Amino acid sequence: MGRMLLTACVIGWFLLLILFPVFGVVKEAFQGGIGAFVSNLKEASAVRSFLLTFWITLGTVVLNTVFGTILAVTLAKQRFRGKLIMEGLVDLPFAVSPVVAGFMFILLFGPNGWIGSWFEAGGIKIVYAFPGMLLATLFVTFPFVAREIIPVLKEFGLQQEEAAYVLGASRWQTFWKVTLPSIKWGLVYGITLTTARSIGEFGAVLVVSGSIINRTQTATLFIHQEFTDFNYSGAFSAAVVLALISFGILVFMQKVYGGKRRS
Amino acid sequence: MGIRVCGISKRFGDFLAVDDVSFEVKTGELIALLGPSGSGKSTILRIIAGLEVPDKGEIYLRKTQVTSLTTQKRRVGFVFQHYALFKHMTVEKNIAFGLEVRKADGSFIRKKVAELIDLVKLQGYEKHYPDQLSGGQRQRVALARALATEPAVLLLDEPFGALDAKVRGNLAQWLREFHNQLQITSIFVTHDQEEAIEIADKIVVINRGRVEQMGNAREVYENPDSKFVASFIGRVNVLDAVAGDGRVVIKNTPYAVGNPDAAAMKDGDVVLLIRPEDVGILSGPHPYAIPVEVRRIHYRGSHYEVDCLVGSAFLRLIQSKNGFDSLELSEGKKISLVFNSYRVFEAQEGHAEVRAKLKELGYIE
Repeated sequence: MGRMLLTACVIGWFLLLILFPVFGVVKEAFQGGIGAFVSNLKEASAVRSFLLTFWITLGTVVLNTVFGTILAVTLAKQRFRGKLIMEGLVDLPFAVSPVVAGFMFILLFGPNGWIGSWFEAGGIKIVYAFPGMLLATLFVTFPFVAREIIPVLKEFGLQQEEAAYVLGASRWQTFWKVTLPSIKWGLVYGITLTTARSIGEFGAVLVVSGSIINRTQTATLFIHQEFTDFNYSGAFSAAVVLALISFGILVFMQKVYGGKRRS
Repeated sequence: MGIRVCGISKRFGDFLAVDDVSFEVKTGELIALLGPSGSGKSTILRIIAGLEVPDKGEIYLRKTQVTSLTTQKRRVGFVFQHYALFKHMTVEKNIAFGLEVRKADGSFIRKKVAELIDLVKLQGYEKHYPDQLSGGQRQRVALARALATEPAVLLLDEPFGALDAKVRGNLAQWLREFHNQLQITSIFVTHDQEEAIEIADKIVVINRGRVEQMGNAREVYENPDSKFVASFIGRVNVLDAVAGDGRVVIKNTPYAVGNPDAAAMKDGDVVLLIRPEDVGILSGPHPYAIPVEVRRIHYRGSHYEVDCLVGSAFLRLIQSKNGFDSLELSEGKKISLVFNSYRVFEAQEGHAEVRAKLKELGYIE
C-alpha cells in the first residue's frame, strides 16, 4: 500500500513538473494545426533567430573546445605561480548570474566601456551585436570543457606522454595520438554540455544583445519576444523546436555516457 | 663504451636528488643502479633518457655527447615502472608506435612487430588491450615497444617493481637470458639487492644521490666500501666493539675477534658488520672462539637461521639442515662461534643511520 502510494507520488510529480508543461507547449504550438505551426516557423524573424543561435553555438563550441583544452592541459600538466587561483577561477562563470555577466560585458565592451570605446573608434560594434553575444555565451559556457577534462588529464598523468617522447614522438604527435584519445569522452561530454547551454542561454545574451528584432535575437530571445507580444502560437512553435533539439542532445549525452562506461 | 655519465647533479627545489654522479657502462653490459627509494637512482635514469635536464654534468651515449639533445633524438629504449602502455591501443599498436611516429614503411613495421611479438612470446595477444593482460605480459609489451626502434641502450625503471614475488623472479631470470641473447647496453634501476645480484654484470650502489660503490656483484657484496653498502647489500649483523692495543673486543664481552687490520685501526669505538653466512659454529678449540647461547631457532625450509646472544647484542647465523642436525642445536644450548669474515667501520660516521636502516629492513630489533 505504502509502496503504491510512493509510486503514485513519483508519477504525479513527474506529470506535474515535466509531462504536463511539455504537453502544454506542444498543444499550444499546434493550436492552429500543422500548417500554422510551420508558417510560424517560416516567419523571417523566427528563421533569423534560429540561424543566429546556430552561429553563436557553433562559434562558442569551437572556441571553448580549443581554449578549454589548452587551459585544461596547462592546468593539469604545468607548474607555475598562481595555478591554484586560476583553477578556482575556472568555475567563476558558474557562480556568477548570467545577467550580471551580461552587465560586465556591457561595462567593458559597451560604446563607453574601457575596451568598447576603443573598438567603437575603429567602427566595430561589440555590444548589441554578434561579437558581444558570442563573448557572453563564451563566458557562460567557459567551464564546461575544462572542468570535464582536467580530472581525466590529472588521472592520466605524464607517463604515457613521456613514453611517447622517448619513442620519438613530437609534442604534437603525442597530443593527437596519446593525450587526445585518452580525454576523448570527457571532451565529447564537455562539448555536449557547452552546446546545450549555448542554445538555451537567455540572461547574458538578453543583456548584451538588446534583443533587436531580426538583428540580435537568438531563438530564446525570439520566444520571449513573441510571448510578451501575446503571440503565443509563434512562441510555442519555436519552443517546441528548441525542446526537440534539447531532447536530441539529451539522447546523445546518454550515448556518450554509455561510451564512457564501456571504455 | 655504451653509456658514460659525467658528474651529473640535479636539484629539485631544496632537495639535491643527484649529487655529482659519474659512471660508465661498457657496450653490451647490463648494470643495476641499486639504492633505497628516494636515493635518486630513477632521476639518474631519467636524465640519461633526457626526461630530466641535469643542472650540471654530461651524458654520452655511444661516444656522442647527448646532454643537449631532446628525448626524441636520443633513441633510447625506456621501460617505465608501471609500463606506461598506451591504454587505448592494442598490443600491436603499442609496439608499432615508435616506428609509426618515425614514419617507417608499413610492411617493415608489420614485420618488425611480428618479430618482437615472437621475441617476447606474446603470440595470440596482438589484438588485446593492456587492460586485458597480466602484469608480466604488460611488462613484456613495454619491453617490446622499447626495443622496436632498435635503440642502442635500454633503460629500465624498476622493471619488476609492480609484480608479485613469484612472477618477479621468473621475469628477472628471463630478462637476463634475453639480455644475453640481444647484447644491448642496459641499465636497470632497482631497490631489490637480490634482483641486482642475480642479473646484473655490475652494480652501482646509489645513496642520497651519490654513487657509494660500483663493481660486480661479488665485489660489492664481499668488499663493501661503506657501512651503507654493507648493510644495504644483503643481510648483515651489526656488533658494537672497541678497538685498542691491536685488538678488537666485542662490547660487553671479554672476547676479541681476529682482525688482520687491527693494527691499522684507530683506537676507539667501532662497528663490526658480519653476514649471517660468515658466522661459523666451532666444534673444537679456536684462538678467537666466542662462547654464546642459542636463543631462537627459525626454520626456513631449505635451512635454519639461528639467533644467538653475544654480550648484549643478538647475532643471526645461517646453518644448513645437515649442519643443524649434526650439531644437535636447540634453544638454550651453549656453543662457540668464529667470524670467518667481517668488516670493521669506525663507529662515529653515520652509525645511528645504519642502525635505523637495518631496523627498517627488519635485520635488527
